Amino acid sequence: MAKHEYAFYPGCSSQKGASASNYLTSVESMCKTLDVKLTEIPDWNCCGASIGYAEAGELPRHVMNARNFALSEKHMPGQEIVATCAACWLGARETRERLTHSDTLMADTREALKEAGLTINEMPNIRHMVEVLIEDLGFDEMKKHVVRPLEGVKIAGYVGCQTNRPFGVDGESFENPQYLDKMVEMVGAEPIPEYEQKVTCCGGALAFSEPEKAQAQIKDIVESAYDHGAEMIVTPCPLCQANVEIYQGQINKTYGTKFNIPVMYYSQLMVVAYGGSAKDAALNGQVIKARRLEEIAAKPVKR
Amino acid sequence: MSANTALAEKYRNNFLKEIEEQVEMGDWVKMCMQCGVCSGSCPTNFQSAWEHPPQELFMMIRAGKREEVLTSSSMWNCTSCYNCIVRCPRKLPITHIMHGIAEYAHRIGLAPKMQATRFFSGLFWKNCTHTGRVNELKLSMGLYFKDGFASGIKEGMKMKDVAIGLVLAKRLNPFELFGGHKCKDQKGIQAMLKKAYEIERSRKAAKMAG
Repeated sequence: MAKHEYAFYPGCSSQKGASASNYLTSVESMCKTLDVKLTEIPDWNCCGASIGYAEAGELPRHVMNARNFALSEKHMPGQEIVATCAACWLGARETRERLTHSDTLMADTREALKEAGLTINEMPNIRHMVEVLIEDLGFDEMKKHVVRPLEGVKIAGYVGCQTNRPFGVDGESFENPQYLDKMVEMVGAEPIPEYEQKVTCCGGALAFSEPEKAQAQIKDIVESAYDHGAEMIVTPCPLCQANVEIYQGQINKTYGTKFNIPVMYYSQLMVVAYGGSAKDAALNGQVIKARRLEEIAAKPVKR
Repeated sequence: MSANTALAEKYRNNFLKEIEEQVEMGDWVKMCMQCGVCSGSCPTNFQSAWEHPPQELFMMIRAGKREEVLTSSSMWNCTSCYNCIVRCPRKLPITHIMHGIAEYAHRIGLAPKMQATRFFSGLFWKNCTHTGRVNELKLSMGLYFKDGFASGIKEGMKMKDVAIGLVLAKRLNPFELFGGHKCKDQKGIQAMLKKAYEIERSRKAAKMAG
């Protein structure tokens, strides 16, 4: 039996051929090393994300998340739900909070769920993967598996919004959370504690609908990483990762900059540090290739 | 009588009450003490994107400026960063109030039709509830082609390099156009959502009648 077991809510962006498929590949490799067993919630659905608000309304939005809770309870009773995506985690946690605080909303939700042949008896705990790593495993346990420290690599820890606000990770401040820097340190790389854009918004969904506004923010996030001598940026959020990485070319055209900095997931850094191959870490999923990590991943492992 | 006229008539001279009863989290608006921390914390505010920052919208609601609030593009500029929520000294769920006012304006047909984020927001919800899961390719295409075929091609061309990069990294699958990821129990999802909309509509109507 695995040391830690959870019901897994991977989310739309992590599916095969989707924008964060590289995140999922690296999380799977990471969990194998850490003996964490994730069982996908059968037939899970989209959380609705924060951007669906124009038509989602209140109840339909919560019902979407509640369906996942019900499926999780049905197939994996008693297990906590773990999400890797910031938006999935936030959406599900928000629904959990609202349903817990309002009997009316809970009753209405149960009535709607009945239409899909489902019900909720117990409200599940909703965790983000980084919470599992920090709280259930701890930094010492995470560090034990490092066999190929990312020595000398300077990495800007970009936490972003939705893994940080409004819920965030317990014990961390909203203005200056430390856990991502600690994870960078844990894999043997060099964190940049003075990176002041770590909780700046990447523009979220406005990167699609009003790109000039989002890209102005992304420019600040990337520029500051360069100013602090970062070789790459690391983040726990799929939308932060995509937004900060894929628009650098367009930003260069607009602002005359020469940005070309890789944006990684914490799980990718961990997989390389744990001795995994470039394939295990899904380094081929980067639009801006992380050459330095590829080189490290090709080196033999110190055991 | 349109939904908007009926609502305007019912809540005549009491826009605050309308917001409290019809908007998600609207009953928090009166708690605002006008400190302005939300406005100063909003990322879009730094680029003069807001017509009216949240603090201003809250005062406008109290001042009964119904038309100006509901037709504003301000709420639609929210990036859902939740900075305003965590910083508000009165703990107002500002992000949710912004989404709530936007949703209400959209529901009664007063939201600015051409606002790109309003369009995208509706598109996203339809996209993800259609099969239960987001189809990223159709989502982007739907946005680029919102103003017709010619401008869709133009918008798409602007994004060509971004798209090619993603396809090469196997993070955008052109075949998503012909199907893509979906839930098995789509029928159940549709029935469940239909019921949820019914209940929500009847609750709002009851408040209006009460």
